[in-house]
Amino acid sequence: MKIVVPVKRVVDYNIKPRVKADGSGVETTGVKMSMNPFDEIAVEEAVRLKEKGVASEVVVVSIGVQQAQDTLRTAMAMGADRAILVLSEESPEPLAVAKVLKAISEKEQPGLFILGKQAIDDDMNATGQMLAGLLGWGQGTFAGKVDVADGRVKVSREIDGGTEDISVALPAVVTADLRLNEPRYASLPNIMKARKKPMETLKAEELGVDMARRLTVVSVAEPPQRQAGVKVGSVGELVEKLRNEAKVI
Amino acid sequence: MSESVRESMEFDVVIVGGGPAGLAAAIRLRQLSPETSVCLIEKGSEIGAHIVSGAVIEPRGLAELFPDWQDRGAPLNTPVTSEEMLYLTESRSLRVPMLDRLMPHMANHGNYIVSLGEVCRWLATQAEELGVEIYPGFAGSEVLIENNRVVGVATGDMGINKDGAQGPNYQPGMELRGRYTLFAEGCRGSLTKQVTAHYDLRKGVDPQTYGLGIKEVWEIPAENHRPGLVQHSFGWPLDDHTYGGAWLYHFGENLVSYGFVVGLDYPNTWLSPFDEMQRVKLHPAFRKHLEGGRRVSYGARALSEGGLQAIPRLTFPGGALIGDSAGFLNVPKIKGTHTAMKSGMLAADAVIEAMQTDRVEPGSFTQRVKDSWLWEELRTARNIRPAFAQFGMKGGAVYAALDAMLLRGRAPWTLHFKHQDNETLKAAALCEKPNYPKPDGALTFDRLSSVFLSATNHEEDQPVHLRLRNPSLWKTVNWDVFQAPEARYCPAGVYEVVDEATAPALQINAQNCVHCKTCDIKDPTQNIDWTVPEGGGGPNYPAGM
Ligand SMILES: Cc1cc2nc3c(=O)[nH]c(=O)nc-3n(C[C@H](O)[C@H](O)[C@H](O)COP(=O)(O)OP(=O)(O)OC[C@H]3O[C@@H](n4cnc5c(N)ncnc54)[C@H](O)[C@@H]3O)c2cc1C
Ligand SMILES: Cc1cc2nc3c(=O)[nH]c(=O)nc-3n(C[C@H](O)[C@H](O)[C@H](O)COP(=O)(O)OP(=O)(O)OC[C@H]3O[C@@H](n4cnc5c(N)ncnc54)[C@H](O)[C@@H]3O)c2cc1C
Ligand code: SF4
Repeated sequence: MKIVVPVKRVVDYNIKPRVKADGSGVETTGVKMSMNPFDEIAVEEAVRLKEKGVASEVVVVSIGVQQAQDTLRTAMAMGADRAILVLSEESPEPLAVAKVLKAISEKEQPGLFILGKQAIDDDMNATGQMLAGLLGWGQGTFAGKVDVADGRVKVSREIDGGTEDISVALPAVVTADLRLNEPRYASLPNIMKARKKPMETLKAEELGVDMARRLTVVSVAEPPQRQAGVKVGSVGELVEKLRNEAKVI
Repeated sequence: MSESVRESMEFDVVIVGGGPAGLAAAIRLRQLSPETSVCLIEKGSEIGAHIVSGAVIEPRGLAELFPDWQDRGAPLNTPVTSEEMLYLTESRSLRVPMLDRLMPHMANHGNYIVSLGEVCRWLATQAEELGVEIYPGFAGSEVLIENNRVVGVATGDMGINKDGAQGPNYQPGMELRGRYTLFAEGCRGSLTKQVTAHYDLRKGVDPQTYGLGIKEVWEIPAENHRPGLVQHSFGWPLDDHTYGGAWLYHFGENLVSYGFVVGLDYPNTWLSPFDEMQRVKLHPAFRKHLEGGRRVSYGARALSEGGLQAIPRLTFPGGALIGDSAGFLNVPKIKGTHTAMKSGMLAADAVIEAMQTDRVEPGSFTQRVKDSWLWEELRTARNIRPAFAQFGMKGGAVYAALDAMLLRGRAPWTLHFKHQDNETLKAAALCEKPNYPKPDGALTFDRLSSVFLSATNHEEDQPVHLRLRNPSLWKTVNWDVFQAPEARYCPAGVYEVVDEATAPALQINAQNCVHCKTCDIKDPTQNIDWTVPEGGGGPNYPAGM
């Protein structure tokens, strides 16, 4: 069985994003970019399935700008076998990504897609679900545990207040939650070897996908600054401040 | 411990450090000889992530590396258009007249204000196009020496937990073996320390002296932005025994680079470089530029200030020191980028020659440096910084002006540095405490909110990378005599004294470290050993830095 893992290049999770002066979005020029953390978890899971002999090949796909090849190289250093880069503008919308992935699916015929549950840049939490819808496949989202056996995938889903276990027929779409696994480091020898693994570059138009944006960003603003704390002298003063300044009681 | 399981890889040349020196050397090697395999490692999570610089740069080095740098789109976008040198008193500022005659080293015509991190990222893409293999996120942690020849470096193990045991994600380090190894770690390199000691490279030269630069990048309202403006200051708030001053450059899109350098030979144990840099922003000459803006990043880095007299032997069997690792910064100009690049290129020339003639030591590097403009430049500048060390700030300024107008750097004498920076601190009882204002949250800030802006991150579960060689010295020397100077000079709040009243002890918050190297330099008994943490750890400076 072949597994395809889509990986997105996003602003690194260590970076405090800065809103552009004109409020049109977040500053990304010269900002450190890396693989969406949930996608690292997805890659790790796919590689583990291959190491267990469940999967035969792990293919990683990224849809985005040329530099997304660095993200794909990282995924191959973690253990993916080959990569496909689909060139488009930066951070395409989930529906467009899902359509590209559907086209990739027709080409590659995978038994399983594993995605991140969401990308930490726009937090849409949508691509996996849309892809399952477009393909007409079953889906196991927010996976905290994944088992593949007898043509089905058992997924333990992280839901409010506990987990839900479901079983989905293959081929299927799974999206990875935080607790699914702890991704490995890409070691230096493996990074060196990944430079020699194959990477195919396509253009979104060649796959016949319309990448036009359907969503409009109205404005982006920073969260309000936290005010410095004050020390109160007495319980009375505390109650007074909670009532009249914070207006919470 | 892990040696038996370490993988290794062979290259013609291994370069440690992806700053201007290392990248220029890598590029030059491939330009001269496209078959030469070149591997460059960088401890930052990406190229540029650990670079802090002013930076007004002279394009001379770059233009020799890429005569068509402008067509290639090098990010040198803000030419210097006007400049001022101010002498500050607490509330006033005096403009130094005839700057180009009294302080010709400060004249910046033809130079550019840049983000050096951005320039390095650009150089890295050029290097990769030429076939250099660049591996960011990997720190060189050990020099490999066999039969008295440097044969490469090893990267650190990853996934070692706090107690030194292997965690679930353990990955052994890797040996990067090279016929030649170039150390381009910048100021106070941790592997450079190891090779310098092994080959006794500093024999017969002056002690290296350093400065600490602390920097902020601000975004200011467009109507106040004057791209190309360069402003430097000296005088207040430092006393006559302390070398240093502030810079402020307008560049890019509404950005201002502001920062402060303090010579690390300062004597007052109570001095806090961080608080000095904060309070200078309150001076009218600086306030007017920053007011109404917002601070977008923060960083700190030591720089070498010893100049010509402190340059060590440059080569050894199997390699060489380049850039700030060797101390090629031009101190009165506070510029080391063009000299770092030039030294990298000359080392590349020497390595190619050594490779062709099968020599173990790229020995011609030294002569190439001496025959170049780099040496002439450092020779001319050699007396200015030591004059400040010997005659104080006012005496030094007079000397510098005389040197510029009458001697033109051709003095028949050479002034020397007499002390290492760790020997200059005076006991707490003998020093006066400065009175630093509290941060106002608008123009001035505390250490922790500053470190937050440097996006510093270290894997938490790893051994502390700041080691006390003799832990008991902290109480008897650092605390009893100097009252913990590390709590003040560290710009990232790494060193914290706990239980001050009852049983004072040192707490090391290593995950905040921005890799400036000051503690490794200034600790009174050099008891603090800065070692590389797990690769990829440390600050993540954005492109404006
Ligand atoms: C460590 C961490 C913990 C968090 N914990 C919580 C929490 O407990 N609760 C909570 O509510 N929120 C949490 N969040 C925030 C939350 O993760 C986001 O709000 C949400 O996941 C974003 O989903 P999305 O729709 O943007 O993803 P999408 O944009 O739909 O992307 C999902 C997946 O699609 C694929 N994909 C998308 N674009 C591309 C592309 N261009 N190329 C290739 N593949 C692509 C990737 O596999 C990606 O992971 C957390 C975030 C982080 C970083
Ligand atoms: C505050 C300040 C202001 C300055 N202003 C100016 C200016 O205006 N103009 C100017 O021309 N110059 C200026 N300089 C000087 C200039 O920045 C340096 O001279 C120049 O950066 C030196 O280049 P380098 O390549 O030798 O070292 P660096 O630029 O320091 O680069 C060294 C690189 O090696 C990496 N490294 C170190 N150790 C290891 C290891 N063990 N393993 C892997 N990687 C490692 C570091 O992370 C770093 O990226 C300034 C310096 C400072 C600190
Ligand atoms: S611990 Fe040392 S190297 Fe790290 S930030 Fe503080 S002074 Fe600089």
